[in-house]
Amino acid sequence: MALTKEQIAKRIAQELQDGFYVNLGIGIPTLVANYIPEGIEVELQSENGLLGMGPFPIAGEEDADLINAGKQTITTLPGSVFFDSAMSFGMIRAGKVDLTVLGAMEVADNGDIANWKVPGKMVKGMGGAMDLVASAKNIIVAMQHTDKAGNSKLLTTCSLPITGRACVKKIVSDLGVFDITEDGFVCIEYAPGVSIEEIKNKTAGRLSIHPSIKEMNV
Amino acid sequence: MSLHKVVANAEEAVKAIQSGQTLLLGGFGLCGIPENCIAALVKKGVDQLTCISNNAGVDDFGIGLLLQTKQVKKMIASYVGENDEFERQLLSGELEVELIPQGTLATRCMAAGYGMPAIYTPAGVGTEVAEGKEVRNFNGKDYLLEYAFDADFAIVKAWKGDTKGNLIFKDTARNFNPLMAMAGKKTIAEVEHLVAAGTLDPNDIHTPGIYVDYIFQGVDYEKRIEKRTVRN
Repeated sequence: MALTKEQIAKRIAQELQDGFYVNLGIGIPTLVANYIPEGIEVELQSENGLLGMGPFPIAGEEDADLINAGKQTITTLPGSVFFDSAMSFGMIRAGKVDLTVLGAMEVADNGDIANWKVPGKMVKGMGGAMDLVASAKNIIVAMQHTDKAGNSKLLTTCSLPITGRACVKKIVSDLGVFDITEDGFVCIEYAPGVSIEEIKNKTAGRLSIHPSIKEMNV
Repeated sequence: MSLHKVVANAEEAVKAIQSGQTLLLGGFGLCGIPENCIAALVKKGVDQLTCISNNAGVDDFGIGLLLQTKQVKKMIASYVGENDEFERQLLSGELEVELIPQGTLATRCMAAGYGMPAIYTPAGVGTEVAEGKEVRNFNGKDYLLEYAFDADFAIVKAWKGDTKGNLIFKDTARNFNPLMAMAGKKTIAEVEHLVAAGTLDPNDIHTPGIYVDYIFQGVDYEKRIEKRTVRN
């Protein structure tokens, strides 16, 4: 069985390490905040200008001046700090953010990512995605393995305009976990009930199976 | 230039803005946008404006109001979803749009405010954004040359301000506001609370008044929430 969005988020949360500064993108990445493992303390960065982002407010306590990068109302945690947009991307560019989790429309087996534009459709813009992928030390992509028509989104070369080149280090899809190495995608874990055969059939880019592959713990 | 910065209201503050000029407008989404000045620009009717702002508002609020009245010739932004009228004008060719990465947008403001003509950033290397731009390699990594903005006016919104133009922003409503305040040839600040100089602690000030040319006490803030989200 392919994983749910929540299970993808839960698996990515296992990558968090104590003391990490983390930037979570919109969509599945946002859900990662719900699965931070016990005993691990991380600080969430929101690129509109906040470190120490807390959960959504309780009804009645929403504040128009306090939102996340997805423009949702949020809260702060003790020790949080606000800053302007140049400093926000400054800390990203300077490599101070330990982990960035993003969604993607396509990822190539050299780590190229496409997630901002579909030619012929309304172009909404890249927001902070190009800055994040150009500078982040460690980028994990959360994505569905195939599109609605069943076509692989893990490719040899991105067909869509790219957001950044050779930057993605790891993918957690609904079918498995993949490191991106010089040899392309290396499947290190498979989702419960998903066969290696299915992963091979649904991956268009170069794929190898790690010798000590195991089942995902989700 | 002048130490006499306080004006009566938004209409006074935007008086010198002319059709065809380039404006920097603070805010992220609808958070921290200069509501009073946008309304005054709609009323004034200047058009053919180039607006630089992270977003383009929503259909009936923020910069969306200036789009409805077709006062904007060109929009420079990083993300422009959530606006049907924007999409219509873009697809019909009525509106020019330049999309740039959010960090590049912020840093091009910063450069202007720091008196630097340009910066190098890795954002957009190898993408469409890099087309026609100088690429330079530093320490094994490629960077794009991006120029400081050259804007006639910056229009920002602050939480508190004093009669010398010193500004303090609140929470994530800070976003692009202090950067744009530094970047305009002339800067207009609207504030929720205008106080006498000497009232604010100098240690707390985010934007020194030297960057601000006009300041006024804003009125009737709606502070609309774009995506109200609460815990279960």
